[in-house]
Amino acid sequence: MLIPHPLLGLRDAQEFTYLGDAALLDRPSPEGEGAEAAFCDYVFLRGNPAGVHRELWFHEHGDRSWLVVTRNTLTHEILGAELASEVAKALRGAAE
Amino acid sequence: MTRIPGGLIDRSQTLTFSFNGRSYTGHPGDTLASALLANGVRLMGRSFKYHRPRGPVSAGSEEPNALVTLRSGARAEPNTRATVAELYEGLTARSQNHVGPLGFDALAVNDLLSPFFAAGFYYKTFMWPRAFWEKLYEPMIRRAAGLGALSGEADPDAYDRGYLHCDLLVIGAGAAGLSAALTAARAGAQVVLADEDFRLGGRLLAESDPLDEAPAPDWVAAVDAELRALPNVRILSRTTVFGAYDHGIFGAVERVADHLPEPGALVRQTLWRITAKRSVLAAGATERHIPFAANDRPGILLAGALRAYANRWAALPVARPQDRIAVFTNNDDGHRTALDLLAKGANLLGVIDPRVDAPRFGDYQLFAGAQVTGTHGRLGLSSIEITRDGRADWLECHALGVSGGWNPNLHLASHHRGRPVWNEELLAFVPGEGGPRGLIPAGACAGRGSTSAALKDGARAAQAALSELGISAALPRLPGAEDKPLRQSAFWHVSGKARAWVDFQNDVTVKDIALAHKENMRPVEHLKRWTTLGMATDQGKTANVTALAVMAELTGKSVAETGTTIFRPPYTGVSLSVLGGGDTGKDFRPTRLTPTHHWAEAQGAAFTEVGPWLRAQYFPRPGETHWRESVDREATAVRSAVGLCDVTTLGKIDVQGSNAGEFLDRVYSNMMGTLKVGRVRYGLMLREDGHLYDDGTCARMAEDHYVVTTTTGNAGLVYRNMEFARQCLWPELDVQILSTTDAWAQIAVAGPRSRELLSRIVDGFDLSNAAFPFMACASLTVCGGLRARIFRISFSGELAYEIAVPARYGAALMQRLMEQGADLGVTPYGTEALGVLRIEKGHAAGAELNGQTTAAMLGLGRMVSDKKDSIGAVMSRREGLAGDRRRLVGLLPEDPNVPVVPGSHLFTPGAPQDMAHDQGWITSACVSPHVGRSIGLGVLEDGDCRIGELILAVNPLEGTKAALRVVPPHFVDPEGARLRD
Repeated sequence: MLIPHPLLGLRDAQEFTYLGDAALLDRPSPEGEGAEAAFCDYVFLRGNPAGVHRELWFHEHGDRSWLVVTRNTLTHEILGAELASEVAKALRGAAE
Repeated sequence: MTRIPGGLIDRSQTLTFSFNGRSYTGHPGDTLASALLANGVRLMGRSFKYHRPRGPVSAGSEEPNALVTLRSGARAEPNTRATVAELYEGLTARSQNHVGPLGFDALAVNDLLSPFFAAGFYYKTFMWPRAFWEKLYEPMIRRAAGLGALSGEADPDAYDRGYLHCDLLVIGAGAAGLSAALTAARAGAQVVLADEDFRLGGRLLAESDPLDEAPAPDWVAAVDAELRALPNVRILSRTTVFGAYDHGIFGAVERVADHLPEPGALVRQTLWRITAKRSVLAAGATERHIPFAANDRPGILLAGALRAYANRWAALPVARPQDRIAVFTNNDDGHRTALDLLAKGANLLGVIDPRVDAPRFGDYQLFAGAQVTGTHGRLGLSSIEITRDGRADWLECHALGVSGGWNPNLHLASHHRGRPVWNEELLAFVPGEGGPRGLIPAGACAGRGSTSAALKDGARAAQAALSELGISAALPRLPGAEDKPLRQSAFWHVSGKARAWVDFQNDVTVKDIALAHKENMRPVEHLKRWTTLGMATDQGKTANVTALAVMAELTGKSVAETGTTIFRPPYTGVSLSVLGGGDTGKDFRPTRLTPTHHWAEAQGAAFTEVGPWLRAQYFPRPGETHWRESVDREATAVRSAVGLCDVTTLGKIDVQGSNAGEFLDRVYSNMMGTLKVGRVRYGLMLREDGHLYDDGTCARMAEDHYVVTTTTGNAGLVYRNMEFARQCLWPELDVQILSTTDAWAQIAVAGPRSRELLSRIVDGFDLSNAAFPFMACASLTVCGGLRARIFRISFSGELAYEIAVPARYGAALMQRLMEQGADLGVTPYGTEALGVLRIEKGHAAGAELNGQTTAAMLGLGRMVSDKKDSIGAVMSRREGLAGDRRRLVGLLPEDPNVPVVPGSHLFTPGAPQDMAHDQGWITSACVSPHVGRSIGLGVLEDGDCRIGELILAVNPLEGTKAALRVVPPHFVDPEGARLRD
């Protein structure tokens, strides 16, 4: 597979380490009553759809960027790739 | 000899080769099969199940029959298709799957037992008694049925892998492929042209039809020369593109040296990974057979193969040149074979064509509306039975070309679940939708198989592919070529009671398909598995579609309704050696060497693998006969004088930025933001699920600069996780991190005389306890100006330091310390002594941080701060973990001669020894020179409250039981006075 790195262009998937569901960006708040249950979901439950999926890839043999790659798990079509830090910033901006 | 005039062989040179121990000759340009046929040898093997005598049916990679073992000894290569094995001087080959000589195979008795080997016999015959399967049936079947055997020796040759990138990959160099490559090459595109043959041209080499009134090979040679002269074209001959993968990536094997007696300085094969923006599949077509009674005898070939042998290789598959040859065809193309044989002066019996209105194209006898209904000839065809209008005649005939039409080689087009589509006009499956993106089938593999159509289609495909890339390509002038319509009929097999083979290699007959139908194994996937159709090394290239048509006939459905299976990589067999690409044994993965590796080697050190590293394990001295002697000496030296150990392999991560402290507070379970500049703190890292996963030290070098160390094995993982935390969890923090493991060589200087030793190399740095106490760190220079870092940390429990210098000075520093410390008793120590020292001190290491333990279990519960959030903090407080009462303890055998065995489980004496009564386990053990006996560490239920108790250590794997005394997990200096001294 080839992954369109937002900074480096098309890169071979062999340069990356795969982590999975990009929901891991959304770490729950450690505060409050439901924190333990929220962390339990965060740690143990992952989306694994047959179809379009947003997932985390680490450019370990490259520039060490974490990317959020949108991929169709049925066809391996890659629909986009963003820097995870940008996605995380937007996510935290939206939460505030 | 049946070598006839003409052909694309170099008669100026003669090559000698041997088959089954007999010597023959051939010429450059021959394959093993063509050379054997030219020598009158048609019998080349035995079939898989019935041990029927077999010769080649094809002239290419689709060959099901002529499988031989090529070469001998360690280079022996079983199941090589003689039809593609390029002849070289001294080639040796043997036939396979027979007992006794090839001409008289004792296991041919299987042929008489064929009623027992019908479709599904595996599933039916050997069901019971169950115990017989492994001991009797399977070995028996495996011995009787089969292919060639591996040599059992290591492959002596080198393999390589390579990467290519191009605008256009052209797969196949026949008419369509050459015109595609030419079109793209002239447009300046980066082109890779790959073909499995050793000579470009594909079917153009096998056909007699001219191009622009000149022999087709002349045009091929001109194109070949033009392409080779262009810098933007890479031609890969002898290269099979075996698979289409995601996003335009293709796998290919180049047989670099398979055509040489020995590879010499070359690699044997290269695995190519080709990344192509667009691709043209010009893989041609494979002819199919017509099953009829006893249609598997040597001498019965596909009609196209028969004329390929005649035209390209100047060979006829008969014993004597004057032997009679016939053609049995349901289509016009088969008649071309008859015309070419006539042109070559062969003794043609005629053409048998089941079509009543069969056309005649030349001066030969035509049996229109006739069928071949039987054959004779034990080891090779001698006569055929022709039936017309109910009348049967036996006629002498020594070779027969059979054509049941052509199947496009659409394999790669279906690699991404592209479904082939039935074309009723062509009576064949053609590539359908959903294949690999950017791959355009062209020519015969797209169902456009006349030479003229293929030439035009290739050029058009290349033009279309390049226009998508913004490259405009002009269509080249293409030579005038034959453009005959392919008229054929849906005549799939000859009916009859005798066995008619569909899949030669796996011995599947029309009867087997009928039986599968009767037993309701009708869907194509069931048919395939019930009969083993298409499951041999040839993957049914000549058989599958015919079998589907037979099944369709039985079910009364059309072939389109019956459907087809699709293909997976590889297109043809790929050796495991080339898939490994040479990464075997020591080369399986890179080995990382420490800066002092060569120095340690010179000291005679033994080495051990730690993660990806080789580390010195111990340094034996003359007279030491057992590793324990060395380890005891090294550990004792550290406790009594001073020792040196290369600890470079521990991960080092540089953390900088105004929020570095805040960031580390979230990554470590304990506080790091409060650490004073110039100080070091021990830290724990948890997984988000609350378990411990790594530990190490964290040194604050400046207000905004920390140096983190990790365990050797987790250096990469911790770094990855820290990048995750930095980029994905807290991108708002101002912090940058970098792995500097390889940048700094680090040496532990441990023991009561370590300060004295170090004072001899530092440049005026005050090492006194007051100025540089336990857990201090600093940047300094040593040895007269060398930049260095020093950390006063101790893994052994002794007064100790770690000193880091730029990696290239690591070996020099080690040598300087050895010289300077000679009078202090300085001793290098390895990982074994390191382990002994830390167990004696009760420090956790990999065996304690095994992913199942928590900070509390290791007695470090207070290091999980509840004053802040950090990774794993919330989950570490959940009931299941917080309530775990197992604690780290020391274990001392009651009997000093009894060893402590790591991995043993702990039980209360008198209690049952089962899972329900499990009290914990032993994590680490060693023989302690300090204590004078074997000691261990372990986690024990309520361990911290059970000091002094006796516990039973049981290891059913080792068959050991030992009574151990529970003691605190510090066997040396429990107050920690030494390291603060």
